[in-house]
Amino acid sequence: MIERDLVIVGGGPAGMAAAISARESGVKDILLLERDQYLGGILNQCVHTGFGIEYFKEVLTGPEYGNRFVEKIKGAPEIEISLRSLVVKLTKDKTLTYIKPGVMEEVRAKAVIMATGCREKTREMVHIPGTRPSGIFSAGLAQKLINIEGLLPGKEVVVVGSGDIGLIMARRFTLEGARVKAVIEIQEKSRGLIRNVAQCIEDFDIPIYFRHKILRICGLDRVEKVVVVKVDENFNDIPSSSFEISCDTVLMSVGLIPENELIEMAGVEIDRKTNQPVSKEVNKTSIPGIFCCGNSFKIYDLADWVSKESAVAGKMAAEYIRSLK
Amino acid sequence: MKPYDVIIIGGGVIGTSIARELSRYKLKVAILEKEEELAFGVSKSNSGIIHPGTQNPIHSLRGRLCVQGNALTRKMSRELGIDFKEVGELIVAFNEEDRLKLVQLKDEAEALGVPRLKIVDRAWLKINEPNLSPEVIAALYAPTAGIISPYRWVYDLAENAESNGVEIHASTKVEKILPSTRTGGDFEIYTSKGGFRSRYIVNAAGLFADDISRLVGIDDFKIRARLGEEFLLDKKKENITNHLIFPLPSKDSKGVLVIKTSDGNPMIGPTAQDVDSKTDLSTSAEGFKKVLSSAQRLVPSINGGDVIAYFAGLRPASGGDFIIRHEAKAPGFINVAGIQSPGLTAAPAIALMVSGLLKKNGLSLKRKLFFHHHRKREAHLFNIPLSETKRLIKRDPCYGDIVCRCEMVSAKEVTDAIKRGAKTLDGIKFRTRAQSGRCHGSFCTTRLMKILEEETGKKPTDITKRGKGSEIVKEDRLCD
Amino acid sequence: MIKRLTCIECPKGCLLSIEIENCRVVKVSGNECPKGEKYAVQEIENPMRILTSAVLAEGLTLKMVPVRTDKPIPKSRIMEAMDEVKKLRLKEPVKSGSVIVDNFLGIGINLLSTRTVSKT
Repeated sequence: MIERDLVIVGGGPAGMAAAISARESGVKDILLLERDQYLGGILNQCVHTGFGIEYFKEVLTGPEYGNRFVEKIKGAPEIEISLRSLVVKLTKDKTLTYIKPGVMEEVRAKAVIMATGCREKTREMVHIPGTRPSGIFSAGLAQKLINIEGLLPGKEVVVVGSGDIGLIMARRFTLEGARVKAVIEIQEKSRGLIRNVAQCIEDFDIPIYFRHKILRICGLDRVEKVVVVKVDENFNDIPSSSFEISCDTVLMSVGLIPENELIEMAGVEIDRKTNQPVSKEVNKTSIPGIFCCGNSFKIYDLADWVSKESAVAGKMAAEYIRSLK
Repeated sequence: MKPYDVIIIGGGVIGTSIARELSRYKLKVAILEKEEELAFGVSKSNSGIIHPGTQNPIHSLRGRLCVQGNALTRKMSRELGIDFKEVGELIVAFNEEDRLKLVQLKDEAEALGVPRLKIVDRAWLKINEPNLSPEVIAALYAPTAGIISPYRWVYDLAENAESNGVEIHASTKVEKILPSTRTGGDFEIYTSKGGFRSRYIVNAAGLFADDISRLVGIDDFKIRARLGEEFLLDKKKENITNHLIFPLPSKDSKGVLVIKTSDGNPMIGPTAQDVDSKTDLSTSAEGFKKVLSSAQRLVPSINGGDVIAYFAGLRPASGGDFIIRHEAKAPGFINVAGIQSPGLTAAPAIALMVSGLLKKNGLSLKRKLFFHHHRKREAHLFNIPLSETKRLIKRDPCYGDIVCRCEMVSAKEVTDAIKRGAKTLDGIKFRTRAQSGRCHGSFCTTRLMKILEEETGKKPTDITKRGKGSEIVKEDRLCD
Repeated sequence: MIKRLTCIECPKGCLLSIEIENCRVVKVSGNECPKGEKYAVQEIENPMRILTSAVLAEGLTLKMVPVRTDKPIPKSRIMEAMDEVKKLRLKEPVKSGSVIVDNFLGIGINLLSTRTVSKT
């Protein structure tokens, strides 16, 4: 079995910041496992600006922000990068099993930093009834399709949820020539950054319906329309208020869930409601030596904060490794 | 061109079971399926239960075929390399009046030949089904109930039939049939993809069996659609029950069940609601409420937060028993209609019955010298241990290229599925489970589309969820 | 006339009340700092936006290369800019930050690649 000092799972903003900081704190042997073909994680598909305002005091796009970290990692002899590597098992004694084309490897680490990010809440999780046609996308998938694959998911879009990703995608769709007909938000105000509401919604005169929800999705093979209804202070439907919006695309932006199935498998205590690790201190989990940073620890609004706190995780891991001697 | 001996209209579990059976003989057989892929009609919404035979009227055709089918399915599942799990079934009683009904059900089932039935009491239930409601006082235990993956079953049957010479024509909708009496010989079948001639026709067209039957002038039955909504629970709750849990049946449905599925997720449902549309597969908030409360009556610890997915299916209801008969008024035409529950279980027995009907009506059944009984089981990483996965990766590196991270599906399994007939994202999902996991395809969809593009040459804008009209994306910058 | 805008210069998001006469700003209120007034004037008289998007590549390791304008462009020309972006085909490898189109739209700003991409 291969023994390493520090294994970091995830090469996005969290994993990269943790790797750099662990190295700066003296860790000499770091294995960074990333499932994609490139480092950068979600940053690669975030072509918009809004990154680096706090961390670098500059206005950067996602890829530019990520590149700052990639440059520091590449060529650092202490950090081994393994791409296309998916971790499939983690045990409480810090043994990881990962798979890449042609290879399955087992590694035992002195310390592990999980930087596995988060996934999006789906239509099914928020129980929207109706049919199951094509044309329903999570905002992240739509973003990947447009920005990485150059494919336009739809031409007439209704966005469900006014979180940042939904707002960003409302603008993205509009720029690509689609028509965003509405943003439907169940709360009384937007959950996203003010900057995004201004530059993604107000700029393009996209109607936002606060205190509304999707009653039903309709369409046989492709989305054809949604039925929208107003809700009262207790989130109960006001049936007389329902109306239809014809569209060919429903974009779901209804929340993010930390990806923690691996640490759960290892026996780390997880909060059932939020999927976050139960913890009294940032980045720590119920198993000493297994750390969790970035969106897999808790959902952050800005990548800058992810980098800041993940750097702390790198330091913590270095301290932990030192304490083992 | 030599006409077909038998053309089967409908590529669901019934059509493919019949095709597989007929492929034993020296016959020219084809399946005509109107959807882009097999199993995209009624079969894809099947709950995957192989019923023991309980809850069927004593002299019913479906009862007899169910018991026979249960035994046949076990044998065939081994031949065709698909998992069949015997989990057993419990029909539960909440009071003395119900308990008496259980005794009646037991007697009726035994008359049909259902084996090893037993009425179990509270003490037995506490040990063997601990999460069952403590208000259940007794249950009828039928050990021979099992579960199988319904659409993988269809694909495995079809593949085996194809390897034994059956032709499968998808995206082929039957529009008109000239009966043999008119042409003085064979049937002439007009479809969206051209004409076919056949000596015999087997109508296994599910929801549209009455429409097909009417094409040859037989219209003494009507198929109504009965909607059923089903709700899947998180796989983490896999062991919430050990058996399939049934309430006592109502007049026209088996009620809301708490069942296990072959892939691990528990499932609750279905509802039973007559609907006008034969194509609308909507779920509803009311359906969810009803299913949840009925399921909680059986297993109180189930809660709404466990539900991770839902879908609806339409049962082809004839208003009575299975309609399996040769039509004297349209010689050579065999109707296999109104195949509701226990259709999946009965399928292999229906196939035998149909081949018997064909023989009785003049089709000579000569056994082939070489019939491929077996189908090689394909590897799925999600249900083998990691040590086995390691071996596979060494043998073929593409097993190490994981495409669907939620269900651990490799690129090799996806390309295999496409080689075996998957043309759509749903087709890949049903064969491999990619897109069925927690993130519902958010992570793997782009890669799956790329692989489909590479393997089939399809343009990204032509890739669909389940056939024409359900394209995933509208435009490609590459074509601007 | 009075126009209301939310200032985005900092997370406070002051609700600005802007008095406009003949398309010029005459008074700004509701701002808690001078940045708000500056923002209001810019937004009303000459709103500018950084354009970010992606350009189709040919023969490179990525199909789409993310791009941005190095400086903000007039908001009124955003869709025109997108039409130009859609026409572009990147055929040569680029480093993150290098210029793909100089004097984009003829107004003295450049279109930059934000990702490094090489030949296949």
